[in-house]
Amino acid sequence: MIKKNDVILLGTILLLAAAAIIFINIRKTDGSRVVITIDGEEYKTLDLNKDTTLTIEVAEGAYNTVTVKNGEVDMTEANCPDKLCVKHRKIHYNGETIVCLPHKVVLQIVGGEESEADMIAK
Amino acid sequence: MKSKRIAIYGLLVALAFLLSYIESIIPLPIPIPGIKLGLANLVVVTGLYTMGGKEAFILSIIRIVLVGFTFGNLSTMMFSLAGGFLSWFLMVLLYRTKVLSITGVSIIGGISHNIGQILVAVWVVSNVMLLYYLPFLLVSGAVTGTVIGMLGAVIVKRIRKYDF
Ligand SMILES: [Zn+2]
Repeated sequence: MIKKNDVILLGTILLLAAAAIIFINIRKTDGSRVVITIDGEEYKTLDLNKDTTLTIEVAEGAYNTVTVKNGEVDMTEANCPDKLCVKHRKIHYNGETIVCLPHKVVLQIVGGEESEADMIAK
Repeated sequence: MKSKRIAIYGLLVALAFLLSYIESIIPLPIPIPGIKLGLANLVVVTGLYTMGGKEAFILSIIRIVLVGFTFGNLSTMMFSLAGGFLSWFLMVLLYRTKVLSITGVSIIGGISHNIGQILVAVWVVSNVMLLYYLPFLLVSGAVTGTVIGMLGAVIVKRIRKYDF
């Protein structure tokens, strides 16, 4: 039922994943802004230091409500079928995302150290 | 032989429904868009080891389409199809090489199922940052793959015992 190769395979995958998770955690820094994109198009950028609530009309009768509070971003409401975006925990680290797949809305944290690299690139 | 094959198909499709239902009521620890645990992969693994690659493919399609119409919608079906194709392809490949046992093949099936789904998600929202979830998906795919492989081994043994 189990060969030595299976164990090696499982071990390798878990080790790789663990290394990646550790790497992500070491490198994570607080972001400063959240970029909202709809269907790949940039819609709006919000400052994490300003508490605000924004309701986005994605299409006829489709909406998502984004809340920025205490430096964290949360999708507080949406009328998408799966509600996965609403269940997602709050985010504030650079590179973290909350995705509403049915509405094609992505909230992505940017800023902090990443922004310097962006500036140089530009 | 023919009737045995039909009986196995029927049995496995029914099992796919049951597993998909269970999957729809178990929430993932981290809500990742478009991603399911992939429990129904058990059916494809079992089909592969009792009948063969072609039959496993047919089972995979039947499962995705029927289950998709019952528990999901067209968009979730697209994710399942991407995950299903990639997973089936790699499992058949490794099944033929005989490097791994059913458990190892199932682990490959589990992780490739998740990789296929996240790639579609990246494409749908045009955001590469979703790959951030990949390490978590690898762990979840490897764990479910192991469980499914061991269960599959038991089922395959039972099915092979019966002559129709
Ligand atoms: Zn949503």
